[in-house]
Amino acid sequence: MTIKLDNLSVGYERHPAVHHLSGTFDRGSLTAIVGPNGGGKSTLLKALVGFLRPMTGHIDYNGLAPQDIAYLPQQSEVDRSFPLNVLDVVSLGHWPKIGMFHGLTPAQRDAAMQALEKTGMEAFAKRPIGVLSTGQWQRVLFARLMVQDAKVFLLDEPFAAIDGRTTHDLMHILQHLQEEGRTIIAVMHDLPLVREHFPQALMLARELIAWGATSDVLCDENLARASSIAGNWVEHAAECERAA
Amino acid sequence: MMIAALADPAMKRALVGALLVSLSGAPLGVMLVLRRMSLMGDVIAHAILPGTAAGFILAGLSMPAMSIGGLIAGLTVALVAGLATRFTAMREDASLATFYLLAVAVGILMLSLHGSAQDLEDILFGDAQAISNPMLIIMAVVTSSTLLALAVIYRPLVVESFDPNFMKAVRGRGGFYHVLFMLLVVLNMVEGYRALGTLMASGLLLIPAVTAQFWTQRLSRLMLVAIFIAAISSVVGIFVAAAYKVPSGPAIVLIIGLFYILSVLLGRHGSVRARYFPFRHLEA
Repeated sequence: MTIKLDNLSVGYERHPAVHHLSGTFDRGSLTAIVGPNGGGKSTLLKALVGFLRPMTGHIDYNGLAPQDIAYLPQQSEVDRSFPLNVLDVVSLGHWPKIGMFHGLTPAQRDAAMQALEKTGMEAFAKRPIGVLSTGQWQRVLFARLMVQDAKVFLLDEPFAAIDGRTTHDLMHILQHLQEEGRTIIAVMHDLPLVREHFPQALMLARELIAWGATSDVLCDENLARASSIAGNWVEHAAECERAA
Repeated sequence: MMIAALADPAMKRALVGALLVSLSGAPLGVMLVLRRMSLMGDVIAHAILPGTAAGFILAGLSMPAMSIGGLIAGLTVALVAGLATRFTAMREDASLATFYLLAVAVGILMLSLHGSAQDLEDILFGDAQAISNPMLIIMAVVTSSTLLALAVIYRPLVVESFDPNFMKAVRGRGGFYHVLFMLLVVLNMVEGYRALGTLMASGLLLIPAVTAQFWTQRLSRLMLVAIFIAAISSVVGIFVAAAYKVPSGPAIVLIIGLFYILSVLLGRHGSVRARYFPFRHLEA
């Protein structure tokens, strides 16, 4: 159940945001994707979840089905004025199993409540989602991820704008999921947090800078190289001649 | 007076027809408002006008011809407006406003050239008492199938509206439910135009939905409250229209408007009352 990238290029309107990337996410690994803004980190996640088609190369999922992959996008993309309560949203994690018609079984309802307990949000089960703070909402989304029971978790800046205590609690949940043998890939900006908790790191600045053990990847030399590579969008770039 | 009026078969048909539109239109309106598609609802309602006008010119005051014309026009504009916003750089609200003005202009021009002022008024503002028995049966079929379809697609539609990325990630085919939903909206606008008129049909869908939001924050209750407001307003509006010899569409919409004004002032959530005269806060 590894995910293997083979000469992968992904981007928008012919401009690659991730350029000729090859490598492997091992099963049960906990990997941080780091690098400058505009470096292609979110784009890589979107390619992994299947929202973007590769321009070149391909992704080998080794038998993983789409419902084995759970994806948590960046904060802003959900309409939180929608009249749903916290338990409704967490229960959605069961969607791939129950689909359109089936109701929740008592066991599935319990699973949703347990996930809320683990994220410390059980008291909010019946509250409307519109009243939650940013950190509380992120806890709810983590509860939904746990309910989804996926094999691979893709998280886009899961700790942006989140306080220290919440980050600590949610990081603990990620480590627990990894101990259960799940693969976790998270876009991260907080390098001290990456050094402390993520065994693997992938540094992207539109091209691969380094991929491997975090202590090797996050060295001064790599960081300097990443920030020197222009993340700029070149309007009239020539066609890429590298082997496709 | 109300009992006496009920002896009139046209009056009875008008009441049943308006209740049918309320029953399926109001829950659709709730979804339209929550999906931030109120303007789209307006556009579809107005787009029906040139279609009904074409039916009128070809076949006179024939309900089937006008309804089929309205249906074709409504579906076409829903499709074209959707494509225009997706494939041009223009912002969605600008495209929609353009479509709706063009549709009304074409429709009124067609009716002015070929019909009387009374025909124009009936089509624009509704004449609930003109609902015939066969029309009533078609309306009942539309309402029943709308409620059935809505029950079936309820869950994916809600998820698609609130978190489209999640829907996409679990391969939920959100686009399919969106198209089905738009089809239901067009059908209900066409169903409503005889009682409310093409200018007012969207009012029965949208305003009860907006009003309900002042009273509850649960989706299922929003739909029930919206149906309740739409149904009461339809009945009262039709009696008012009959008593004062005014078109039924504006009468119904204005009664809904009364509910709206009351709710803005006194509602439980987000009203003037809730903002400036809140109940005492809780302990936690």
